[in-house]
Amino acid sequence: MGKNSAEHAEHADDRDPVITMRDVTKTYQMGAMQVHALRGVSLEIAAGEYVAIVGASGSGKSTLMNIIGLLDWPTSGAYAINGVEVARLSKNRLADLRNREIGFVFQRFHLLPRTTARRQVELPLFYAGVPDRTARRRALDALAQVGLGERVDHRPDELSGGQQQRVAIARALVTQPSILLADEPTGALDSQTGKEVMALFHELNEQGITLIVVTHDLGIASQAQRIITLRDGEIISDAPAARQTSPFLSASTNGQGARPAIPAQEVLA
Amino acid sequence: MKVFRYLAVSVDSIFAHKLRAALTMLGIIIGIAAVLVTVGIGSGAAASITERIESSGTNLLTISAGASRGLSSTSSLTLADADLLADATLFPDIVAVAPQYSSSATVIFGSSEGSYTVVGTTANYATVRNLTVAGGAFLSDAQVAESESVAVIGDTVASDLFGADDPVGQTVRVDDTLFTVIGVLEASGGSGFGSSDSQIYVPLGSAQGRLFNAGRSNGSYAVSSISVQGAGSAVLDALQVQIEQILRLRHRLAAADENDFMIQNQADMLQIASDVSGTLTALLGSIGAVSLIVGGIGIMNIMLVSVTERTSEIGLRRALGAHDGDILLQFLVEALVLCALGGVVGIGLSFAIAQGLALLPAMSYRIVIEPWAVALALAVSTASGFIFGLYPAMRATKLDPIEALRFE
Repeated sequence: MGKNSAEHAEHADDRDPVITMRDVTKTYQMGAMQVHALRGVSLEIAAGEYVAIVGASGSGKSTLMNIIGLLDWPTSGAYAINGVEVARLSKNRLADLRNREIGFVFQRFHLLPRTTARRQVELPLFYAGVPDRTARRRALDALAQVGLGERVDHRPDELSGGQQQRVAIARALVTQPSILLADEPTGALDSQTGKEVMALFHELNEQGITLIVVTHDLGIASQAQRIITLRDGEIISDAPAARQTSPFLSASTNGQGARPAIPAQEVLA
Repeated sequence: MKVFRYLAVSVDSIFAHKLRAALTMLGIIIGIAAVLVTVGIGSGAAASITERIESSGTNLLTISAGASRGLSSTSSLTLADADLLADATLFPDIVAVAPQYSSSATVIFGSSEGSYTVVGTTANYATVRNLTVAGGAFLSDAQVAESESVAVIGDTVASDLFGADDPVGQTVRVDDTLFTVIGVLEASGGSGFGSSDSQIYVPLGSAQGRLFNAGRSNGSYAVSSISVQGAGSAVLDALQVQIEQILRLRHRLAAADENDFMIQNQADMLQIASDVSGTLTALLGSIGAVSLIVGGIGIMNIMLVSVTERTSEIGLRRALGAHDGDILLQFLVEALVLCALGGVVGIGLSFAIAQGLALLPAMSYRIVIEPWAVALALAVSTASGFIFGLYPAMRATKLDPIEALRFE
């Protein structure tokens, strides 16, 4: 669609775009039915932006996130990350790009069981081929950065939920990616711990990292500089958080754990 | 090398799932231990049989009276035959000849009595048959020449009749004839018929004349067998043919007649024993190998379950930048490490079982676990790790990271 391109151009300003999408569509074949998860999404995200992507279940926001995170391919359209067009990259080149450019933070942390925090954080560096000694030092630095410098030898079952998510954030940061991609990062945390994690995200964003948060949660989304709202595989609003006009957000009553107003099956229509 | 770094990853993973790893390894542990123990039993039996054959003397030909088939004519072999074989100018390859005349007799000492094989023989029997005297002395040439009433008894006979007492110098009654015990043999370890442990040795003439009233043929006393020691294992076959020909001539056998004697070649017996034990070892080993295959399939099974169970871990690793090759190597190296570890534990277990079985009184020989069997076991377990780990590892690389992570 791209009807909001003029609107978001003012955020992009003179900064280089980290993410550029042009008319991206994604169609799944489910039995005899074709599911149009994305119906032509165009957007640009500049370096250092703090963006929230919101939308109901089935709005296509997970698909958009998978494509941004290089875990899925667009059916059509162009997607470039830091100027690198990804459509024709091999599976392994995509893996390298993911390793270097994107730090993932998941709702359920996705830490390896019975593995110390330091080992968890070293993992992306292992796949990047960083020598052990350097990897160890960088992992310790990343853990210190998220305030876990004292608990590097603790295993997930010895850490609180908030601490586990910090380990996950350290793991996302350790390769010094250009984008931090967080999927419901506070979804499995109590509200106080959630606030602390969001404060950490804020801090990291202020230090310059591009932050993309996918969420249902109004309270979380409203902390972003810019909110992109999806419905039925299209961007229906893309605006700074301060002058929010998202129909999704206005339909919800309040912040914590707000449920989407739009039924999931709409996407199948 | 990146492969070595996966060792650390897989060791981490194995230690993170100790119970699962132990259960996975169990099949390989049991398989390897089964192969090593069964092959070890085969090797041990072979070594024991060989040892027993060799303990009855080296480079030995045994000529027994009687046809190899049919009714035996006990008087076919005579002392004159033995004297002829002892002629060094005729048979330069024969080192020693010891004729024997043996039969069973009741031996009494005090209130103890038993039925034993009494062997009448000459003084060089001890060297030909590799007998060692534990106490006293073996028959001397003079005692044999004079057919004295002296006897050398086997270890079992000594303990049966005399218990802990020293038999040397004591007098025993052998079928109503008194013999003075002049020596006791060392235990040979063998058992059953023909073992020197349960025999009594007396001068040849004493057995032939005084004890058993041996028959004569052409004016020469009959003997029941002649032990011939050759100059080396290489001459035994030729010697066997020579002896056969000369005895056929002496016994006036026509071309169509069967031999009225039988020659046993020690080299042949060793060959047969090693053939039999080789077959036995192969049979036992292949039974063990089946359990190894079962163990390998167990590994594949658990690795497949493990891949499914760790779907989200695999998705995460992909999200963090793992290539297909990284995932493949991780699971393959994990299977390899599990199998190699299982192999090492299995080898340890097999040695423990060998030690344990050796303590059983019924176990008459040692289980010999040879270095080549250990090396083979390690190689086989590692290979089975590769073979049975490959498919689950390939399955792991096929997982869709999105499915694996379930973003929402």
